[in-house]
Amino acid sequence: MSNLAGKVAIVTGAARGIGQAIALRLAADGADLALADLKTEWLDDTAAKVRALGRRAECFAVDVASSESVNAGVAAIVAAFGQVDILVNNAGITRDTLILRMTDADWDAVLDINLKGVFLMTRAVAKPMMRARGGAIVNVASVVGVTGNAGQANYTASKGGVIALTKTTAKELGSRNIRANAVAPGYIHTAMTEKLPEELRAQMVKLVPLARPGEPEDVANVVAFLAGPDAAYVNGQTIHVCGGMVM
Amino acid sequence: MALEDKVVDIIVDKLGVTRDQVKPEASLIEDLGADSIDTVDLVMTFEEEFGESIPDEDSQKLKTVGDIIAYLKSKGKE
Ligand SMILES: NC(=O)c1ccc[n+]([C@@H]2O[C@H](COP(=O)([O-])OP(=O)(O)OC[C@H]3O[C@@H](n4cnc5c(N)ncnc54)[C@H](O)[C@@H]3O)[C@@H](O)[C@H]2O)c1
Repeated sequence: MSNLAGKVAIVTGAARGIGQAIALRLAADGADLALADLKTEWLDDTAAKVRALGRRAECFAVDVASSESVNAGVAAIVAAFGQVDILVNNAGITRDTLILRMTDADWDAVLDINLKGVFLMTRAVAKPMMRARGGAIVNVASVVGVTGNAGQANYTASKGGVIALTKTTAKELGSRNIRANAVAPGYIHTAMTEKLPEELRAQMVKLVPLARPGEPEDVANVVAFLAGPDAAYVNGQTIHVCGGMVM
Repeated sequence: MALEDKVVDIIVDKLGVTRDQVKPEASLIEDLGADSIDTVDLVMTFEEEFGESIPDEDSQKLKTVGDIIAYLKSKGKE
């Protein structure tokens, strides 16, 4: 498939996990990749794999929680590629604990990266996308942003916020042919979930009608759909990629 | 290029209108069909192009093409 040929895509948190799978899938569909993560060295593996698919990859050190870093990063990306067509806001962290034990720092760190980061990146690409008279933004939320989840006050609030921000972005920028959508993954097999206790993981699989954790590629496939021309009339939506865990 | 020509060029490009529509008395919203995002986009473009930051309370007063040209001239742009 090459329905993204000639497109330039930014993926945040592209070093590993779901972000890496998204970058590789967009490259397989023909896009060139601006890979962003906290340190450029962490992106070497993803960049090598994108190049092995015959696409261009450039690595950028961006802390999505910092407006200076985001603005400088997006300016460097526009300078390197001349355009931005697709933005995938994937960078995210967890700091799980019960509300009673959650510190201000736990709350702020998660909200700054998961929610403010999406806002800062969206604001930074809005102008270049308007200049190009079109674009697609795909935000990585989570099903727990819809359902809530004990032990994740900060994370669920951030992901619920991402879903609402996706809708506002869709409304504000829709007239400029810029679409914004979200994916809400369920339980996906990555480093983020690897650190959960074994029994909790077994319990989570029991909640999934498809009876398996998702793979990063399962999420990447839906992101590629939302970023591409087949989703030309899909705007402001959140697609759950959770094996039916949340309906 | 004269300030007037630069301003007209930017408006033509952003709003997809013809040069002869962009008269000094033309209102951006009523005559040239700008919406709220267009007006923000235009102000940001003037800021970049002329190296002048335009505060919200000023930009809200810029209703016509002539208002913009007069405002930029009052800031010493040419
Ligand atoms: N794994 C799951 O089950 C699951 C479920 C639902 C949603 N998600 C979401 O998917 C996204 C990716 O998750 P993952 O499991 O691949 O996580 P991961 O921890 O494997 O990868 C996250 C990446 O984001 C980067 N990152 C962290 N903070 C950053 C910052 N401030 N600026 C730039 N990059 C930063 C990390 O360096 C890392 O490379 C996250 O938004 C996560 O919330 C994951």
